[in-house]
Amino acid sequence: MQQAVAAPLPAAGKRSGNFGDKVFAGVAHASGYFVLALLGGIIVVLFMGGYKAFHQFGAFFLVSTEWEPVQEIFGAAVPIFGTVVTAILALLMAVPLAFGIAFYLTELAPMWFRRPVSTAIELLAAVPSIIYGMWGFFVVVPIMAEYIQPAVIDTIGELPLIGPLFQGPPFGTGILTAAFILAIMIIPFIAATMRDVFETVPAVYKESAYGVGCTTWEVMRSVVIPYTRASVVGGIMLGLGRALGETMAVTFVIGNTNRIATTLFGPGNTIASIVALEFPEAEAGSLKLSSLLALGFVLFVISFIVLAISRALLRPGAKS
Amino acid sequence: MSATLATQSLPGPAKNIEVARSLGSQRHRTNQIVKVLCVAATAIGLIFLASILSTLLIRGVGGISLTVFTTSTLPPGSQGGLLNAIIGSLIQTFIGAAIGTPIGLMVGTYLAEYAQQSKVGNAVRFVSDILLSAPSILIGLFVYQLVVTPFGGFSGIAGCIALAVIVIPIVVRTTEDMLRLIPATLREAVIGLGAPKWKMIVLICYRAAKEGIATGILLAVARVAGETAPLLFTSLGNLNWSTDLTKPLASLPVTIYQYAGSPFADWVQLAWVGALLITFGVLAINIGARLMLRRGK
Repeated sequence: MQQAVAAPLPAAGKRSGNFGDKVFAGVAHASGYFVLALLGGIIVVLFMGGYKAFHQFGAFFLVSTEWEPVQEIFGAAVPIFGTVVTAILALLMAVPLAFGIAFYLTELAPMWFRRPVSTAIELLAAVPSIIYGMWGFFVVVPIMAEYIQPAVIDTIGELPLIGPLFQGPPFGTGILTAAFILAIMIIPFIAATMRDVFETVPAVYKESAYGVGCTTWEVMRSVVIPYTRASVVGGIMLGLGRALGETMAVTFVIGNTNRIATTLFGPGNTIASIVALEFPEAEAGSLKLSSLLALGFVLFVISFIVLAISRALLRPGAKS
Repeated sequence: MSATLATQSLPGPAKNIEVARSLGSQRHRTNQIVKVLCVAATAIGLIFLASILSTLLIRGVGGISLTVFTTSTLPPGSQGGLLNAIIGSLIQTFIGAAIGTPIGLMVGTYLAEYAQQSKVGNAVRFVSDILLSAPSILIGLFVYQLVVTPFGGFSGIAGCIALAVIVIPIVVRTTEDMLRLIPATLREAVIGLGAPKWKMIVLICYRAAKEGIATGILLAVARVAGETAPLLFTSLGNLNWSTDLTKPLASLPVTIYQYAGSPFADWVQLAWVGALLITFGVLAINIGARLMLRRGK
């Protein structure tokens, strides 16, 4: 009591500070736990929503190719196939381009040119998904239908073994077009990650390689890539994670047919596209809605695994 | 081949000048080819951007008129505009950001100031990073199940909540990164003066990192302004004039989606105008955010 009288101000100040600290720290901690709850909530809510479908069809849901709303038979195999195939094809197209861009931006481009080009590539990531869909539908699809697909059918389509993959009517839409649009959409993510990790390579390493007479490409291949390998793969996985869940762009160009495409020009669907398209026709509480939510749950699980791997690979390198 | 190896392994000037020269020129050629391919890759990336932007300009500019901004969406053939969609988008983006920003800010603060190394902190960081890249359509399904179904139908507020969920991880990432850049000496000076921790964070750290944090918020706004998929299941879209948050609410991306796929020429034209508006709006916010961050540094 005496002490409080002797020094009232610091004590009062301390008490209010303590109180403020407790409240602020409490709110901060609560927010942290809220994010954990959010992810948990998404998993639980999607699973609960899809429970009816999982219960009805069991494991059959994952392997059945049937999607018959009239007979109430729903299988996820076609959209899962479409999701995985378009995402992987997109990676095959995007990775070389993204690598070239990252290589150019870190080693080749003149200094003054790097920032504007970097920004322009990153702006590709800022363009909304729906714009890619419109651009794909009104610009890319006609070009594919008129020039690229007929030309490819007449050349690569004639080859043995891989030929059958490049056949079929040239509608312009389909798996390959969707993968192409996806590739453009994920290029900026992969390129930006690669650029950032390439820049973490200590200059001394590169200089010593140049010092013994390496060319720029040899420095890249023998010093930069081995040094950043894990993070580069992490960046590619990040792109894959993004490609798996893209909705609007894919919906516009994939052709939206529930059939496993036997050619790259054939139509198909993805989990995201079938959910976006069929959702308006699904009544609340119906088996169809439950099946769509179950599809959402499957997509979440796939994305989660891919993104978790990506992050595990990116973190240690990125923070060093 | 054995001659090549023998030449390579010898120190000093090459014994076999011919082999050395061909090796050198071969390496040089490979290098040149890779360089050209990389320039080509960059050019292709830039061409895609240019193609998207020029397509939007060519198809969109012609349709811009005053009615676009003064009239709501109307049936085909009756000279409608996009007013309700623009207002709906502004409302949902603003409220979504207003809900998501404080939460994201506090989570970022928690990660940078309270849980740098803790297990819970690492888990939160991991989950936030997952949410950052998680498919946005799933956020829409989540909010549909959580808000739309129990509360009797599609509503603007459900759309706002879905967008807020997307805003949170973006703000978390930039906030944490920016707070971590603040030098320890600054914190120590503030604590040394006797200030409590929360005052250090709010009055000093936030102020020191304000450009970075604001950049994160702007990037989040730019991202959610163009989101379509989560709104399809939450605010649904509305062809009539409405600003009632408890009813379905129009938005520019959803209207573009509905119009672009329609068979009516005037609707498709309006979709292009909407696409032009949203893209250049989003890109302008993006560039503005970058400029601000650069000035802050």
